[in-house]
Amino acid sequence: MNIIVCLKQVPDTESQIKLAPDGKSILKEDLKWVMNPYDEFGVEEALRIKEKFGGSVTVVGLGPKRVTESIRTALAMGADKGILISDPALEGSDALATAKALAAAVKDIPYDIIFTGQRGVDDDNGIVGPALAEYLGIPHMSIIVKVEVSQDGKSVKCNKPVEGQTLVIESPLPAVVTAQKGLNEPRYASLPGIMKAKKKPLEEKTFAALGLNPSEFGEGARNLKVIELTPPPARKAGKIVSGDTPESKAKELARLLHEEAKVI
Amino acid sequence: MAQGVMVIAEQRDGEIRKVSYEVVSEGKRLADKMGWKVTAVLLGQGIKEKAAKLGHYGADKVIVVDDTKFAAYTTDAYVAKITDIVKAEDPAFLIMGASVQGKDLGARLSARLGVGMAQDCTALEVDNGNLTAIRPIYAGKAYAKVGFSDKRPHMATTRPNVMAMNEPDSSRSPEIVDADLSMDESALKTRVAEVLRDATGKVDLTEADKIISGGRGMKGPEHFNILEDLAAAIGASVGASRSAVDAGWRPHADQVGQTGKVVSPNLYIACGISGAIQHLAGMSTSKVIVAINKDQDAPIFQRADYGVVDDLFKVVPALTEEVKKISH
Ligand SMILES: Cc1cc2nc3c(=O)[nH]c(=O)nc-3n(C[C@H](O)[C@H](O)[C@H](O)COP(=O)(O)OP(=O)(O)OC[C@H]3O[C@@H](n4cnc5c(N)ncnc54)[C@H](O)[C@@H]3O)c2cc1C
Ligand SMILES: Nc1ncnc2c1ncn2[C@@H]1O[C@H](COP(=O)(O)O)[C@@H](O)[C@H]1O
Repeated sequence: MNIIVCLKQVPDTESQIKLAPDGKSILKEDLKWVMNPYDEFGVEEALRIKEKFGGSVTVVGLGPKRVTESIRTALAMGADKGILISDPALEGSDALATAKALAAAVKDIPYDIIFTGQRGVDDDNGIVGPALAEYLGIPHMSIIVKVEVSQDGKSVKCNKPVEGQTLVIESPLPAVVTAQKGLNEPRYASLPGIMKAKKKPLEEKTFAALGLNPSEFGEGARNLKVIELTPPPARKAGKIVSGDTPESKAKELARLLHEEAKVI
Repeated sequence: MAQGVMVIAEQRDGEIRKVSYEVVSEGKRLADKMGWKVTAVLLGQGIKEKAAKLGHYGADKVIVVDDTKFAAYTTDAYVAKITDIVKAEDPAFLIMGASVQGKDLGARLSARLGVGMAQDCTALEVDNGNLTAIRPIYAGKAYAKVGFSDKRPHMATTRPNVMAMNEPDSSRSPEIVDADLSMDESALKTRVAEVLRDATGKVDLTEADKIISGGRGMKGPEHFNILEDLAAAIGASVGASRSAVDAGWRPHADQVGQTGKVVSPNLYIACGISGAIQHLAGMSTSKVIVAINKDQDAPIFQRADYGVVDDLFKVVPALTEEVKKISH
């Protein structure tokens, strides 16, 4: 099995998000960058499939040079090879353009299954995985918590929880699977793993190498344009519910929710 | 020139889902500003009799796609058919609910149509015939106002529970049209092999009107019954912090937060949850937030409309009793 994992680098979820003076972007200077948490599930699942079927795991990240660190983390977990797509002309690309560039980078390497995260915890899109599948002309299954590759390696069964039920979806391979929490427990990189990762191949690709037309990428080519970023609407100051005992507080809370907030 | 609002209705087992009425209502509001019509597309099997209901909420026309191939949602069949319909109808806007189905459908459809899509929006507006949308990003740590390029349709999915639903008007009867059912079946690769029903029958957190979440302060899985009791009394679903999920006390599907479900209920009650930034990110768009925590300095109180500083094991059962009195 040849498995590809797409890896997006996002601000650590601990981060406070601060807006830049242009009113359209966030301040990136003080952020700590990590692998999108959903991509960790993808890396882990890829490694488990490889352990069972043999083959190789290739990690593909698109973004600035710093993405190399997250690719190295995946290599330290056990992935075999990394590809970084990096080009100033890509800066500011939207989800569809990102998927198009990823498709260009993976189309010439053999693959049976491609993992992406179900969404980036930065822009909360969940578009790149399905769009990548579209550009490669293969099926996708999104928000998946269980993956079972058939013995012959030609098809896959995936569990997808939808509100109140779980669908078991069957698909021929190759296919894109977008990983949801619950899929697995990602392993940590071991010290020997980290040492080995330094010697694993990490290839860098630019636009020229991918044969892409720069005019279809970057800020100017966006189909979805950011007009303005604002902080979340301020919540008005809350009330501490008064009372001498837990019971009297509960009574007062019930009254407030009923009479004032009118939610019960 | 592209005009009109098209909405994709969602059904499950032959029943139209609530989020679809929200989307039709929102579509109608936008269409009225432009003097446009609302066309709803309803896909399923044996669902034609339900089409009129979409009219009650604001659809002027309903295109019904009624065939076994559409009984259960599959990305392949739905995207192929809706693409044909969109090309024929040429709507200016294309909107659906940001349910699990809608997010999946919207993502692939936007790629096939080659147009931008705003995912999981909390507000839509029309500006000179162009769609603008508000969408929380970083799970609500910031809000983005987005617009679109010239390519049509402008696409969006709307977050369940957020868009106001019109009062249904049963005197409105939409034009109902059967869609052409022909399609290239070689494009159908995936299939639903099995449907596993969730025995609990609880409303999913992303669509719940009220949520009661428990955190590490619950001390163990055996105590969640006090939250279940309160939930039963007020018609809520039970959620959890990541700590409660990672401890194995609650299923993954119950996690609320930046790496769990992002929720917007009318009422969110956090019990024994400190209010870590990742948790707050996932629930701060709730309309009314209540925190019950014995530590008065817990960050959750900074987001709460109502805070109770006390032992949850005493407050929650008492609250359940009080609520029962009110509703009787
Ligand atoms: C990459 C990453 C992603 C994450 N994503 C999420 C996410 O999506 N969702 C999420 O929730 N977390 C997430 N977290 C975890 C988050 O940082 C916190 O660790 C977690 O939310 C804390 O859970 P808690 O509030 O239940 O526990 P704690 O922080 O331990 O808080 C327990 C609270 O219970 C109170 N308490 C104890 N006993 C009682 C009692 N008897 N009565 C009343 N109150 C009591 C205490 O005062 C305390 O405030 C993430 C972390 C990381 C690193
Ligand atoms: N720049 C990128 N490089 C590599 N993979 C990406 C990139 N952007 C998105 N992805 C993949 O697509 C998933 C969903 O991202 P998004 O559509 O941005 O929410 C991520 O978890 C990644 O697996």
